[in-house]
Amino acid sequence: MITIRLFARLREQIGISQLQWPLDESIAVSALVKQLMDANGMWRHVAEHQVLCALNHQHVTFNAEVKPGDELAFFPPVTGG
Amino acid sequence: MIGVQGEDFDVGLQYQQLANNPRAGAIVFFVGTVRDMTDGQHVTELFLEHYPQMTETVLAQVVAQASEQWELIDVHLIHRVGKLSVNEQIVFVGVSAKHRKNAFAAAAYIMDQLKTCAPFWKKETRQGQSIWLEQRDSDVSAASQWFDH
Repeated sequence: MITIRLFARLREQIGISQLQWPLDESIAVSALVKQLMDANGMWRHVAEHQVLCALNHQHVTFNAEVKPGDELAFFPPVTGG
Repeated sequence: MIGVQGEDFDVGLQYQQLANNPRAGAIVFFVGTVRDMTDGQHVTELFLEHYPQMTETVLAQVVAQASEQWELIDVHLIHRVGKLSVNEQIVFVGVSAKHRKNAFAAAAYIMDQLKTCAPFWKKETRQGQSIWLEQRDSDVSAASQWFDH
């Protein structure tokens, strides 16, 4: 299993803030996003231009490998400060 | 000192704590506040969301980078989250160093990184409508300038 978290506009668009997703072996973030979109079309928002992702609280690209037990987050560009 | 909190902060107290060090010859601080207008529309409220565990990691990294690069004596970084009204304080970045050049540069660097790396998101209420703010290109170019040379 992995934990997937969504924030800000993406959380509202997809209507989920957190979910557990079954994962038995490592997979690229981009491949995981495809799985999510196949399961529910709402996840297309994650594949939109400019969406960022973080793996275990560190910024990564969609080429990063996710492994069981990881926490993966998707969010729009940040706007703090 | 790094803080992410709902409650307000006392700028005078933060300054005193930074100044209370005989090695410090320069203290620079910045305070960001909630504006009443965006793109010609009145703002009545600001909501700040964040990703708690990641915020902690990213802010610690930014402060560590700045402290090392500009030989800072101390850094105070406070970012508020939750609901804020117009004119309320959002963020405090204060640094102390031996000399002013390092203090100015480090404070600017930390703010630029906050705008582009730290997982905070602002949602404004304008004329009854809630709108997520988009990242500004000027913030991205300001942050990237530190790595251009």
